[in-house]
Amino acid sequence: MMPELGKYAFEVLSAYGVSLLLLAALLGLSIARDRRARADLRHAEEETRRNG
Amino acid sequence: MSLWEYANPVKFLRLSERVLPALWVFAGLCVATGLIWGFFATPDDYRQGSTVKIIFLHVPSALMAINAWFMMLVTSLIWLIRRHHVSALAAKAAAPVGAVMTVIALATGALWGQPMWGTWWAWDPRLTSFLILFLFYLGYIALWEAIEDPDTAADLTSVLCLVGSVFAVLSRYAVHFWNQGLHQGTSVPVATGARTVSDVFFIPLVICMIGFGMLFVALVLYRTGTEIRLRRTRALLARGARGA
Amino acid sequence: MIALLLRDLRLALRAGGGFGLGLAFFLILTVLVPFSVGPQSTLLGTIAPGILWLGALLACLLSLDRLLALDFEDGSLDVLATAPIPLEGALAVKGLAHWITTGLPLVVAAPALGVLLNLPGAGYGWLVVSLLLGTPALSMIGVFGAALTVGIKRGGLLLSLLVLPLYVPTLIFGAEAARRGAAGLDPATPLLMLTGLSLGCIALLPFAASAALRMNLR
Repeated sequence: MMPELGKYAFEVLSAYGVSLLLLAALLGLSIARDRRARADLRHAEEETRRNG
Repeated sequence: MSLWEYANPVKFLRLSERVLPALWVFAGLCVATGLIWGFFATPDDYRQGSTVKIIFLHVPSALMAINAWFMMLVTSLIWLIRRHHVSALAAKAAAPVGAVMTVIALATGALWGQPMWGTWWAWDPRLTSFLILFLFYLGYIALWEAIEDPDTAADLTSVLCLVGSVFAVLSRYAVHFWNQGLHQGTSVPVATGARTVSDVFFIPLVICMIGFGMLFVALVLYRTGTEIRLRRTRALLARGARGA
Repeated sequence: MIALLLRDLRLALRAGGGFGLGLAFFLILTVLVPFSVGPQSTLLGTIAPGILWLGALLACLLSLDRLLALDFEDGSLDVLATAPIPLEGALAVKGLAHWITTGLPLVVAAPALGVLLNLPGAGYGWLVVSLLLGTPALSMIGVFGAALTVGIKRGGLLLSLLVLPLYVPTLIFGAEAARRGAAGLDPATPLLMLTGLSLGCIALLPFAASAALRMNLR
Protein backbone atom coordinates (compact mmCIF):
# COMPACT_ATOMS: atom_id res chain seq x y z
CA MET A 1 0.00 0.00 0.00
CA MET A 2 2.59 2.53 1.08
CA PRO A 3 4.72 3.59 -1.88
CA GLU A 4 8.47 3.16 -1.67
CA LEU A 5 9.76 6.68 -1.03
CA GLY A 6 13.42 5.75 -0.81
CA LYS A 7 15.86 8.05 0.87
CA TYR A 8 13.58 11.08 0.58
CA ALA A 9 10.79 9.62 2.70
CA PHE A 10 11.20 12.24 5.39
CA GLU A 11 10.95 15.20 3.03
CA VAL A 12 7.98 13.89 1.07
CA LEU A 13 6.03 12.78 4.11
CA SER A 14 6.65 15.97 6.05
CA ALA A 15 5.70 18.10 3.03
CA TYR A 16 2.37 16.29 2.82
CA GLY A 17 1.99 16.38 6.58
CA VAL A 18 2.71 20.08 6.96
CA SER A 19 0.46 21.06 4.06
CA LEU A 20 -2.48 18.97 5.14
CA LEU A 21 -2.07 20.18 8.70
CA LEU A 22 -2.07 23.82 7.59
CA LEU A 23 -5.12 23.28 5.38
CA ALA A 24 -6.91 21.50 8.18
CA ALA A 25 -6.07 24.28 10.61
CA LEU A 26 -7.36 26.90 8.17
CA LEU A 27 -10.55 24.92 7.65
CA GLY A 28 -11.02 24.35 11.37
CA LEU A 29 -10.49 27.99 12.25
CA SER A 30 -12.86 29.12 9.50
CA ILE A 31 -15.55 26.75 10.73
CA ALA A 32 -15.10 27.75 14.37
CA ARG A 33 -15.30 31.41 13.45
CA ASP A 34 -18.43 30.83 11.37
CA ARG A 35 -20.11 28.88 14.16
CA ARG A 36 -19.43 31.72 16.58
CA ALA A 37 -20.64 34.33 14.08
CA ARG A 38 -23.87 32.39 13.50
CA ALA A 39 -24.48 32.01 17.24
CA ASP A 40 -23.82 35.70 17.87
CA LEU A 41 -26.12 36.70 15.05
CA ARG A 42 -28.92 34.47 16.33
CA HIS A 43 -28.44 35.92 19.78
CA ALA A 44 -28.49 39.50 18.49
CA GLU A 45 -31.57 38.86 16.37
CA GLU A 46 -33.46 37.42 19.33
CA GLU A 47 -32.42 40.37 21.43
CA THR A 48 -33.70 42.89 18.89
CA ARG A 49 -36.95 40.96 18.47
CA ARG A 50 -37.53 40.99 22.22
CA ASN A 51 -36.74 44.67 22.53
CA GLY A 52 -38.21 45.88 19.28
CA MET B 1 -30.16 39.71 -13.91
CA SER B 2 -26.60 40.80 -13.51
CA LEU B 3 -23.63 39.80 -11.45
CA TRP B 4 -24.08 42.89 -9.29
CA GLU B 5 -27.24 41.37 -7.82
CA TYR B 6 -25.00 39.26 -5.62
CA ALA B 7 -23.52 42.38 -4.11
CA ASN B 8 -26.63 42.25 -1.96
CA PRO B 9 -25.54 40.38 1.19
CA VAL B 10 -28.79 38.47 1.56
CA LYS B 11 -28.74 37.30 -2.04
CA PHE B 12 -25.07 36.45 -1.70
CA LEU B 13 -25.72 34.35 1.37
CA ARG B 14 -28.64 32.56 -0.26
CA LEU B 15 -26.60 31.75 -3.34
CA SER B 16 -23.48 30.69 -1.48
CA GLU B 17 -25.56 28.49 0.81
CA ARG B 18 -26.93 26.76 -2.26
CA VAL B 19 -23.59 26.43 -4.04
CA LEU B 20 -21.28 25.68 -1.15
CA PRO B 21 -22.14 22.02 -0.40
CA ALA B 22 -21.53 20.99 -3.99
CA LEU B 23 -18.40 23.11 -4.10
CA TRP B 24 -17.00 21.55 -0.93
CA VAL B 25 -17.63 18.06 -2.27
CA PHE B 26 -16.11 18.85 -5.66
CA ALA B 27 -13.07 20.57 -4.12
CA GLY B 28 -12.57 17.78 -1.62
CA LEU B 29 -12.85 15.12 -4.31
CA CYS B 30 -10.39 16.89 -6.59
CA VAL B 31 -7.84 17.54 -3.87
CA ALA B 32 -8.16 14.02 -2.52
CA THR B 33 -7.99 12.40 -5.96
CA GLY B 34 -5.08 14.54 -7.07
CA LEU B 35 -3.07 14.10 -3.91
CA ILE B 36 -3.75 10.37 -3.52
CA TRP B 37 -2.98 9.82 -7.18
CA GLY B 38 0.13 11.94 -6.87
CA PHE B 39 1.28 10.32 -3.68
CA PHE B 40 0.53 6.65 -4.34
CA ALA B 41 0.34 6.20 -8.06
CA THR B 42 3.14 8.24 -9.62
CA PRO B 43 6.56 6.81 -10.34
CA ASP B 44 9.76 8.33 -8.99
CA ASP B 45 11.55 10.83 -11.16
CA TYR B 46 14.90 9.52 -12.32
CA ARG B 47 16.64 12.63 -11.05
CA GLN B 48 14.52 13.82 -8.14
CA GLY B 49 13.50 10.45 -6.78
CA SER B 50 10.35 10.50 -4.72
CA THR B 51 10.61 14.23 -3.96
CA VAL B 52 8.83 14.83 -7.24
CA LYS B 53 5.63 14.00 -5.36
CA ILE B 54 5.94 17.32 -3.53
CA ILE B 55 4.99 19.31 -6.61
CA PHE B 56 1.38 18.18 -6.25
CA LEU B 57 1.25 20.43 -3.19
CA HIS B 58 3.80 23.03 -4.12
CA VAL B 59 2.58 24.18 -7.52
CA PRO B 60 -1.15 24.43 -6.73
CA SER B 61 -0.55 26.29 -3.47
CA ALA B 62 1.88 28.70 -5.11
CA LEU B 63 -0.65 29.29 -7.86
CA MET B 64 -3.40 30.04 -5.36
CA ALA B 65 -1.13 32.24 -3.25
CA ILE B 66 -0.71 34.60 -6.19
CA ASN B 67 -4.30 34.29 -7.41
CA ALA B 68 -5.60 35.09 -3.94
CA TRP B 69 -3.74 38.39 -3.94
CA PHE B 70 -5.02 39.11 -7.43
CA MET B 71 -8.56 38.38 -6.32
CA MET B 72 -8.10 40.72 -3.34
CA LEU B 73 -6.87 43.39 -5.73
CA VAL B 74 -9.99 43.03 -7.90
CA THR B 75 -12.41 42.99 -4.96
CA SER B 76 -10.63 45.97 -3.39
CA LEU B 77 -11.09 47.91 -6.62
CA ILE B 78 -14.76 46.94 -6.74
CA TRP B 79 -15.17 48.13 -3.17
CA LEU B 80 -13.44 51.44 -3.85
CA ILE B 81 -15.43 52.09 -7.03
CA ARG B 82 -18.87 50.62 -6.36
CA ARG B 83 -18.84 50.31 -2.58
CA HIS B 84 -20.36 46.85 -2.31
CA HIS B 85 -19.75 45.56 1.19
CA VAL B 86 -19.61 41.95 0.06
CA SER B 87 -16.64 42.78 -2.11
CA ALA B 88 -14.61 44.29 0.73
CA LEU B 89 -15.53 41.41 3.02
CA ALA B 90 -14.52 38.89 0.36
CA ALA B 91 -11.08 40.52 0.21
CA LYS B 92 -10.84 40.28 3.98
CA ALA B 93 -11.93 36.65 3.87
CA ALA B 94 -9.40 35.74 1.19
CA ALA B 95 -6.31 37.18 2.88
CA PRO B 96 -5.73 34.46 5.50
CA VAL B 97 -6.37 31.78 2.87
CA GLY B 98 -3.78 33.35 0.63
CA ALA B 99 -1.33 33.63 3.52
CA VAL B 100 -1.72 29.93 4.35
CA MET B 101 -1.23 29.03 0.69
CA THR B 102 1.96 31.07 0.68
CA VAL B 103 3.22 29.26 3.77
CA ILE B 104 2.42 25.88 2.18
CA ALA B 105 4.26 26.87 -0.98
CA LEU B 106 7.28 28.06 1.02
CA ALA B 107 7.33 25.04 3.34
CA THR B 108 6.98 22.47 0.60
CA GLY B 109 9.53 24.34 -1.45
CA ALA B 110 12.00 24.25 1.43
CA LEU B 111 11.39 20.55 1.96
CA TRP B 112 12.01 19.90 -1.72
CA GLY B 113 15.03 22.19 -1.80
CA GLN B 114 16.80 20.46 1.08
CA PRO B 115 17.56 17.20 -0.78
CA MET B 116 17.66 18.74 -4.28
CA TRP B 117 19.71 21.89 -3.81
CA GLY B 118 21.29 20.81 -0.53
CA THR B 119 19.76 23.73 1.35
CA TRP B 120 16.41 24.54 2.90
CA TRP B 121 16.53 28.07 1.70
CA ALA B 122 18.32 29.95 -1.03
CA TRP B 123 17.88 33.62 -1.78
CA ASP B 124 16.65 32.74 -5.20
CA PRO B 125 14.40 35.35 -6.84
CA ARG B 126 11.31 33.19 -6.80
CA LEU B 127 11.68 32.15 -3.19
CA THR B 128 12.41 35.68 -2.10
CA SER B 129 9.41 37.08 -3.97
CA PHE B 130 7.19 34.62 -2.19
CA LEU B 131 8.58 35.55 1.18
CA ILE B 132 7.88 39.19 0.39
CA LEU B 133 4.36 38.28 -0.73
CA PHE B 134 3.88 36.63 2.65
CA LEU B 135 4.97 39.84 4.40
CA PHE B 136 2.41 41.76 2.36
CA TYR B 137 -0.30 39.32 3.46
CA LEU B 138 0.74 39.80 7.09
CA GLY B 139 0.59 43.58 6.83
CA TYR B 140 -2.78 43.47 5.10
CA ILE B 141 -4.31 41.17 7.72
CA ALA B 142 -2.81 43.22 10.56
CA LEU B 143 -4.30 46.42 9.16
CA TRP B 144 -7.75 44.81 8.99
CA GLU B 145 -7.44 43.72 12.60
CA ALA B 146 -6.20 47.08 13.84
CA ILE B 147 -9.00 49.37 12.66
CA GLU B 148 -12.24 49.40 14.57
CA ASP B 149 -14.63 50.97 12.11
CA PRO B 150 -15.35 48.34 9.43
CA ASP B 151 -15.88 50.76 6.56
CA THR B 152 -12.70 52.69 7.26
CA ALA B 153 -10.88 49.39 7.59
CA ALA B 154 -12.23 48.27 4.21
CA ASP B 155 -11.18 51.57 2.62
CA LEU B 156 -7.69 51.61 4.04
CA THR B 157 -6.95 47.94 3.36
CA SER B 158 -8.14 48.43 -0.21
CA VAL B 159 -5.71 51.30 -0.68
CA LEU B 160 -2.97 49.22 0.90
CA CYS B 161 -3.81 46.35 -1.44
CA LEU B 162 -3.55 48.59 -4.50
CA VAL B 163 -0.28 50.22 -3.46
CA GLY B 164 1.01 46.90 -2.15
CA SER B 165 0.34 45.24 -5.51
CA VAL B 166 2.45 47.82 -7.30
CA PHE B 167 5.26 47.38 -4.80
CA ALA B 168 4.95 43.60 -4.87
CA VAL B 169 5.50 43.65 -8.63
CA LEU B 170 8.37 46.11 -8.21
CA SER B 171 9.90 43.86 -5.56
CA ARG B 172 9.67 40.91 -7.88
CA TYR B 173 11.68 42.66 -10.56
CA ALA B 174 14.04 44.17 -8.01
CA VAL B 175 14.69 40.74 -6.55
CA HIS B 176 15.44 39.31 -9.99
CA PHE B 177 17.86 42.11 -10.59
CA TRP B 178 19.42 41.76 -7.14
CA ASN B 179 20.15 38.09 -7.31
CA GLN B 180 21.60 38.26 -10.78
CA GLY B 181 23.83 40.95 -9.39
CA LEU B 182 24.95 38.65 -6.62
CA HIS B 183 25.40 35.38 -8.44
CA GLN B 184 26.62 36.17 -11.88
CA GLY B 185 26.91 33.06 -13.96
CA THR B 186 25.25 30.71 -11.51
CA SER B 187 21.58 29.90 -11.41
CA VAL B 188 19.45 27.88 -9.10
CA PRO B 189 17.58 25.27 -11.10
CA VAL B 190 14.04 26.28 -10.25
CA ALA B 191 12.59 26.00 -13.70
CA THR B 192 14.11 22.63 -14.48
CA GLY B 193 12.94 19.30 -13.17
CA ALA B 194 9.40 18.16 -13.00
CA ARG B 195 7.67 21.13 -14.49
CA THR B 196 7.99 20.03 -18.06
CA VAL B 197 7.35 16.34 -17.54
CA SER B 198 5.09 13.77 -19.07
CA ASP B 199 1.43 13.07 -18.47
CA VAL B 200 2.23 10.73 -15.61
CA PHE B 201 2.81 13.75 -13.39
CA PHE B 202 0.87 16.30 -15.33
CA ILE B 203 -2.64 14.84 -15.02
CA PRO B 204 -2.69 14.52 -11.22
CA LEU B 205 -1.05 17.95 -11.04
CA VAL B 206 -3.87 19.51 -13.05
CA ILE B 207 -6.43 17.75 -10.84
CA CYS B 208 -4.67 19.17 -7.79
CA MET B 209 -4.63 22.65 -9.28
CA ILE B 210 -8.36 22.49 -10.00
CA GLY B 211 -8.93 21.10 -6.52
CA PHE B 212 -6.93 23.86 -4.80
CA GLY B 213 -8.71 26.45 -6.90
CA MET B 214 -12.12 25.10 -5.95
CA LEU B 215 -11.03 24.80 -2.34
CA PHE B 216 -9.99 28.44 -2.41
CA VAL B 217 -13.32 29.54 -3.89
CA ALA B 218 -15.24 27.47 -1.35
CA LEU B 219 -13.19 28.81 1.56
CA VAL B 220 -13.58 32.41 0.43
CA LEU B 221 -17.35 32.07 -0.08
CA TYR B 222 -17.66 30.42 3.32
CA ARG B 223 -15.51 32.98 5.10
CA THR B 224 -17.26 35.86 3.35
CA GLY B 225 -20.53 34.49 4.73
CA THR B 226 -18.97 34.56 8.20
CA GLU B 227 -17.91 38.17 7.74
CA ILE B 228 -21.39 39.16 6.52
CA ARG B 229 -22.92 37.60 9.62
CA LEU B 230 -20.43 39.34 11.89
CA ARG B 231 -21.22 42.63 10.21
CA ARG B 232 -24.95 42.17 10.60
CA THR B 233 -24.53 41.23 14.27
CA ARG B 234 -22.55 44.39 14.81
CA ALA B 235 -25.22 46.47 13.09
CA LEU B 236 -27.98 44.90 15.18
CA LEU B 237 -26.06 45.47 18.40
CA ALA B 238 -25.38 49.08 17.44
CA ARG B 239 -29.07 49.60 16.72
CA GLY B 240 -29.96 47.97 20.03
CA ALA B 241 -27.53 50.19 21.88
CA ARG B 242 -29.00 53.28 20.24
CA GLY B 243 -32.55 52.21 21.04
CA ALA B 244 -31.85 51.50 24.71
CA MET C 1 2.94 75.39 1.00
CA ILE C 2 6.25 76.96 1.79
CA ALA C 3 4.78 78.18 5.06
CA LEU C 4 3.74 74.62 5.82
CA LEU C 5 7.23 73.36 5.04
CA LEU C 6 8.79 75.99 7.29
CA ARG C 7 6.34 75.20 10.06
CA ASP C 8 7.11 71.49 9.91
CA LEU C 9 10.84 72.16 9.87
CA ARG C 10 10.58 74.54 12.82
CA LEU C 11 8.50 72.06 14.80
CA ALA C 12 10.97 69.27 14.10
CA LEU C 13 13.86 71.48 15.17
CA ARG C 14 12.19 72.67 18.32
CA ALA C 15 11.07 69.22 19.41
CA GLY C 16 14.64 68.12 18.84
CA GLY C 17 13.49 64.67 17.84
CA GLY C 18 13.86 64.74 14.07
CA PHE C 19 17.55 65.39 13.59
CA GLY C 20 18.87 64.02 16.83
CA LEU C 21 17.11 60.73 17.36
CA GLY C 22 17.36 59.38 13.84
CA LEU C 23 21.05 60.23 13.62
CA ALA C 24 21.83 58.81 17.05
CA PHE C 25 20.01 55.61 16.10
CA PHE C 26 22.00 55.37 12.88
CA LEU C 27 25.24 55.85 14.82
CA ILE C 28 24.38 53.26 17.46
CA LEU C 29 23.32 50.71 14.90
CA THR C 30 26.58 51.17 13.02
CA VAL C 31 28.56 50.79 16.24
CA LEU C 32 26.69 47.64 17.17
CA VAL C 33 27.37 45.89 13.85
CA PRO C 34 31.06 45.11 14.51
CA PHE C 35 30.09 43.76 17.93
CA SER C 36 27.69 41.33 16.33
CA VAL C 37 29.71 40.19 13.30
CA GLY C 38 33.25 40.57 14.63
CA PRO C 39 35.97 43.15 14.03
CA GLN C 40 37.57 41.73 10.84
CA SER C 41 38.02 44.76 8.64
CA THR C 42 37.67 42.92 5.33
CA LEU C 43 34.33 41.47 6.35
CA LEU C 44 33.13 44.85 7.61
CA GLY C 45 34.23 46.53 4.41
CA THR C 46 32.27 44.01 2.37
CA ILE C 47 29.04 44.44 4.27
CA ALA C 48 29.42 48.18 4.96
CA PRO C 49 27.25 49.48 2.06
CA GLY C 50 24.42 47.14 2.94
CA ILE C 51 24.62 47.88 6.66
CA LEU C 52 24.66 51.64 6.09
CA TRP C 53 21.64 51.38 3.80
CA LEU C 54 19.79 49.23 6.29
CA GLY C 55 20.67 51.61 9.10
CA ALA C 56 19.46 54.63 7.13
CA LEU C 57 16.24 52.82 6.32
CA LEU C 58 15.57 51.90 9.93
CA ALA C 59 16.44 55.38 11.15
CA CYS C 60 13.94 56.71 8.61
CA LEU C 61 11.32 54.29 9.86
CA LEU C 62 11.87 55.37 13.45
CA SER C 63 10.46 58.84 12.98
CA LEU C 64 7.50 57.90 10.80
CA ASP C 65 4.86 57.43 13.46
CA ARG C 66 5.31 61.03 14.56
CA LEU C 67 5.06 62.27 11.01
CA LEU C 68 1.30 62.74 11.02
CA ALA C 69 0.24 61.56 14.48
CA LEU C 70 0.94 64.85 16.28
CA ASP C 71 -0.93 66.87 13.68
CA PHE C 72 -3.76 64.37 13.82
CA GLU C 73 -4.12 64.69 17.57
CA ASP C 74 -4.18 68.49 17.73
CA GLY C 75 -6.51 68.74 14.76
CA SER C 76 -4.22 70.55 12.35
CA LEU C 77 -4.68 67.73 9.86
CA ASP C 78 -8.39 68.53 9.70
CA VAL C 79 -7.48 72.11 8.97
CA LEU C 80 -5.07 70.98 6.27
CA ALA C 81 -7.69 68.73 4.71
CA THR C 82 -10.12 71.63 4.36
CA ALA C 83 -7.44 74.17 3.43
CA PRO C 84 -7.40 75.66 -0.09
CA ILE C 85 -4.17 73.85 -1.01
CA PRO C 86 -4.78 70.28 -2.14
CA LEU C 87 -4.14 67.64 0.49
CA GLU C 88 -1.91 65.81 -1.98
CA GLY C 89 0.38 68.82 -2.08
CA ALA C 90 0.32 69.21 1.69
CA LEU C 91 1.34 65.59 2.13
CA ALA C 92 4.10 65.91 -0.45
CA VAL C 93 5.39 68.87 1.55
CA LYS C 94 5.20 66.81 4.71
CA GLY C 95 7.25 64.15 2.98
CA LEU C 96 9.76 66.78 1.94
CA ALA C 97 9.99 68.08 5.50
CA HIS C 98 10.53 64.57 6.76
CA TRP C 99 13.24 64.04 4.18
CA ILE C 100 15.01 67.27 5.12
CA THR C 101 14.91 66.50 8.83
CA THR C 102 15.66 62.77 8.60
CA GLY C 103 16.89 61.69 5.19
CA LEU C 104 19.31 64.51 4.52
CA PRO C 105 21.18 64.27 7.87
CA LEU C 106 21.51 60.54 7.30
CA VAL C 107 23.02 61.14 3.87
CA VAL C 108 25.50 63.59 5.37
CA ALA C 109 26.39 61.29 8.27
CA ALA C 110 26.73 58.13 6.19
CA PRO C 111 30.34 58.71 4.99
CA ALA C 112 31.53 59.30 8.56
CA LEU C 113 29.94 56.04 9.62
CA GLY C 114 31.43 54.42 6.54
CA VAL C 115 34.84 55.10 8.06
CA LEU C 116 33.83 53.17 11.14
CA LEU C 117 32.85 50.21 9.00
CA ASN C 118 35.97 50.32 6.88
CA LEU C 119 34.09 51.12 3.67
CA PRO C 120 36.40 50.84 0.63
CA GLY C 121 37.53 54.21 -0.74
CA ALA C 122 35.65 53.97 -4.02
CA GLY C 123 32.39 53.45 -2.15
CA TYR C 124 31.94 56.80 -0.40
CA GLY C 125 30.75 58.81 -3.37
CA TRP C 126 28.34 56.15 -4.59
CA LEU C 127 27.04 55.57 -1.07
CA VAL C 128 26.15 59.25 -0.73
CA VAL C 129 24.69 59.43 -4.22
CA SER C 130 22.58 56.31 -3.74
CA LEU C 131 21.30 57.51 -0.37
CA LEU C 132 20.59 60.94 -1.78
CA LEU C 133 18.54 59.44 -4.60
CA GLY C 134 16.88 56.75 -2.50
CA THR C 135 15.88 58.41 0.76
CA PRO C 136 13.14 60.58 -0.85
CA ALA C 137 11.37 57.34 -1.79
CA LEU C 138 11.71 56.15 1.81
CA SER C 139 10.16 59.38 3.09
CA MET C 140 7.25 59.31 0.65
CA ILE C 141 6.49 55.65 1.33
CA GLY C 142 6.63 56.59 5.00
CA VAL C 143 4.07 59.35 4.49
CA PHE C 144 1.77 56.82 2.87
CA GLY C 145 2.24 54.37 5.74
CA ALA C 146 1.69 57.11 8.30
CA ALA C 147 -1.49 58.21 6.51
CA LEU C 148 -2.79 54.63 6.61
CA THR C 149 -2.19 54.13 10.31
CA VAL C 150 -2.77 57.62 11.66
CA GLY C 151 -6.13 56.75 13.20
CA ILE C 152 -4.80 53.78 15.12
CA LYS C 153 -3.65 54.15 18.69
CA ARG C 154 -0.13 52.80 19.17
CA GLY C 155 0.13 52.14 15.46
CA GLY C 156 3.92 52.31 15.44
CA LEU C 157 4.53 48.60 15.23
CA LEU C 158 1.81 48.14 12.62
CA LEU C 159 3.33 51.00 10.66
CA SER C 160 6.66 49.16 10.54
CA LEU C 161 4.94 45.98 9.43
CA LEU C 162 3.20 47.82 6.60
CA VAL C 163 6.07 50.01 5.50
CA LEU C 164 8.99 47.58 5.60
CA PRO C 165 7.73 45.33 2.76
CA LEU C 166 7.17 48.47 0.71
CA TYR C 167 10.80 49.44 1.33
CA VAL C 168 12.10 46.25 -0.28
CA PRO C 169 12.65 47.52 -3.85
CA THR C 170 14.24 50.77 -2.68
CA LEU C 171 16.59 48.91 -0.37
CA ILE C 172 17.54 46.41 -3.06
CA PHE C 173 18.40 49.01 -5.68
CA GLY C 174 20.00 51.44 -3.24
CA ALA C 175 22.18 48.90 -1.49
CA GLU C 176 23.06 47.31 -4.81
CA ALA C 177 24.22 50.64 -6.20
CA ALA C 178 26.31 51.34 -3.09
CA ARG C 179 27.75 47.83 -3.12
CA ARG C 180 28.69 47.96 -6.79
CA GLY C 181 30.23 51.36 -6.23
CA ALA C 182 32.28 50.06 -3.31
CA ALA C 183 33.40 47.04 -5.33
CA GLY C 184 34.52 49.27 -8.20
CA LEU C 185 31.80 48.07 -10.57
CA ASP C 186 29.52 50.26 -12.61
CA PRO C 187 26.53 51.26 -10.45
CA ALA C 188 24.61 53.05 -13.21
CA THR C 189 21.79 50.53 -13.68
CA PRO C 190 20.68 50.26 -10.04
CA LEU C 191 21.10 54.01 -9.65
CA LEU C 192 18.79 54.65 -12.59
CA MET C 193 16.26 52.18 -11.22
CA LEU C 194 16.52 53.83 -7.80
CA THR C 195 15.98 57.27 -9.27
CA GLY C 196 12.98 56.04 -11.20
CA LEU C 197 11.58 54.51 -8.06
CA SER C 198 12.03 57.73 -6.10
CA LEU C 199 10.46 59.86 -8.82
CA GLY C 200 7.56 57.43 -9.12
CA CYS C 201 7.00 57.50 -5.38
CA ILE C 202 7.10 61.29 -5.27
CA ALA C 203 4.71 61.55 -8.19
CA LEU C 204 2.13 58.93 -7.22
CA LEU C 205 2.22 58.22 -3.51
CA PRO C 206 0.88 61.64 -2.37
CA PHE C 207 -2.38 60.70 -4.10
CA ALA C 208 -2.57 57.34 -2.36
CA ALA C 209 -1.57 58.92 0.95
CA SER C 210 -4.16 61.68 0.74
CA ALA C 211 -6.85 59.16 -0.22
CA ALA C 212 -5.95 57.12 2.87
CA LEU C 213 -5.83 60.22 5.05
CA ARG C 214 -9.25 61.41 3.89
CA MET C 215 -10.64 58.01 4.81
CA ASN C 216 -9.11 58.35 8.25
CA LEU C 217 -10.39 61.89 8.80
CA ARG C 218 -13.94 61.13 7.68
